Amino acid sequence: MMAGKFNVSSSPHVRDNSSTAVIMKDVCIAMIPTLAFGCFQFGISALIVVICTVLACVLSEYLYEKLMNKPITIGDFSAVVTGLILALNMPPQIPVWMPVLGGIFAIIVVKQLYGGLGQNFMNPALAARCFLLISFAGAMTNFSSAALKFDSTSTPTPLGFLRANGIKIALDQYNLLNIFLGRIPGTIGEVSTVALLIGALYLVVRKVISLRIPLIYIATVAVFVFIFGDHNSTTVLYHVLSGGLIFGAFFMATDYVSTPVTKTGQVYFAVFIGILTGLFRLFGGNAEGVSYAIIIGNIVAPLLEKATLPKAFGREAKKA
Amino acid sequence: MDKSLERFYNGVFKENPTFVLMLGMCPTLAVTTSVVNAIGMGLSTTAVLMFSNLIISAMRNIIPDRVRIPAFIVIVASLVTVVQLLMQGYTSELYKSLGIYIPLIVVNCIILGRAESYASKNPAIPSFFDGLGMGFGFTISLSCIGFVRELIGGGTFLKGILPAADFPNGIVIIPDGYRISIFVLAPGAFFVLALLSALQNHFKAPSATNTGNTSEMACGGNCAACFGETKLENHITIDKDIEKKELEAKKKKEEALAKAKAAKENANAGEGK
Repeated sequence: MMAGKFNVSSSPHVRDNSSTAVIMKDVCIAMIPTLAFGCFQFGISALIVVICTVLACVLSEYLYEKLMNKPITIGDFSAVVTGLILALNMPPQIPVWMPVLGGIFAIIVVKQLYGGLGQNFMNPALAARCFLLISFAGAMTNFSSAALKFDSTSTPTPLGFLRANGIKIALDQYNLLNIFLGRIPGTIGEVSTVALLIGALYLVVRKVISLRIPLIYIATVAVFVFIFGDHNSTTVLYHVLSGGLIFGAFFMATDYVSTPVTKTGQVYFAVFIGILTGLFRLFGGNAEGVSYAIIIGNIVAPLLEKATLPKAFGREAKKA
Repeated sequence: MDKSLERFYNGVFKENPTFVLMLGMCPTLAVTTSVVNAIGMGLSTTAVLMFSNLIISAMRNIIPDRVRIPAFIVIVASLVTVVQLLMQGYTSELYKSLGIYIPLIVVNCIILGRAESYASKNPAIPSFFDGLGMGFGFTISLSCIGFVRELIGGGTFLKGILPAADFPNGIVIIPDGYRISIFVLAPGAFFVLALLSALQNHFKAPSATNTGNTSEMACGGNCAACFGETKLENHITIDKDIEKKELEAKKKKEEALAKAKAAKENANAGEGK
């Protein structure tokens, strides 16, 4: 029993109450406003999708670790966070087995097969979303408005509308206030900018995330859209507020595991995924591109870290 | 005859080109979207492989060593052209679905590898059977991958092999809407190949990633790839061991104490007398 009592480790010996579980719980709390709004807007079907996805993630993590004789890590809430992010990326009317399959894929293939939390090379929830998007393109982009409480005529998301019809008609369909409040079709989590910002504020106040990546990311997308779009500030605002950009910037591009740890690396990372998002949105085949941009950024993250490794104290280049 | 059989067995199992040698990954990943494509690719490669091995082996004494690679390529390319024209003529559908990968058989590293490592050093008949075995091994491996990908991604079984009049779509197993179509795309090829290789490793079959353990230690002795530290039961075992030793030490101490006490009492008793 000695091994349990003495923690033999190398420095730094940080005495602090923060742990993986505390941080992950904070992220869960920060997603509650978004979750509540999604359930309010899309009804019970959204809640069922969320519950089933989270359960699938936690259960698959538990079963895998049990079968592989590894320590059970469902207590650190990381599987819950993965499930929540994945579920909030789903359209509300999706058949429930699809996000469940995605959750299993996220935990088993993307996270556990690479060695569990901290070893996954890309964000499991986003990888699973892309897996589902490629496999079930129809169901994943069907934002049928049958369950919406305010509008029952249109199906495309604001971004799809903007892409197809230009900014004037898009503004007639969904004005900026409605987009900001979330009275639009979309995935469960991405619609309400205001609910997402409340959660993001909580994370920033609790010092779970820093604003470096989200702000630079959003600013890069805005500049890109302004330069390569129609040079219209309303279009820029439309791009920033609609789609998954806010959700992605605050909740997915700030993942500790799959983003660079160095400060300059984080800046490059944010600019890189910002440019990719702009490229995908303006010139790609789909109206949305946040998730692909972030997972490509995840793949580049180790290179960025290597390139921006800070010099050790005393080893800085001497001034001539 | 024994030698020929041995070569056949070697190609199919012991040195299976896909799962053991990990050669020819390009066609393996690209054309295994269905069983019929996989078998078409495998059999055309087999045909080329058999005759290229036969011809190269027969000519091995007159090909100068310095120009052997260009000579091999010429022979293989001529055979591939023959196969390509035959396929275009008789199996037009298959020819269309395999596309660029038929001419690319020329640069398939299995063919060049066998020519270089076996056919150029051995007599013609064993070389022929070596090609046959390698080709069959390749066909079987591709069919395994194709079977899984077709089943999960396309939802069908043996589409294009069963008579088209009775089964236009093969045997439909997974209905439309439930198929995970990523499996017929490029990522699915990697998933399935990795999964099958993992199974092969699990059952300790020979493979490129499962090299023979020469160590006599129970764990295999491969410390670089050891995950022992993360295994819970190892920690439990170590803890139990420590506990056992502590208990033993305690017992010894108590025994020693008791002995000392007894000795003292004896001494006291002695004094008392």
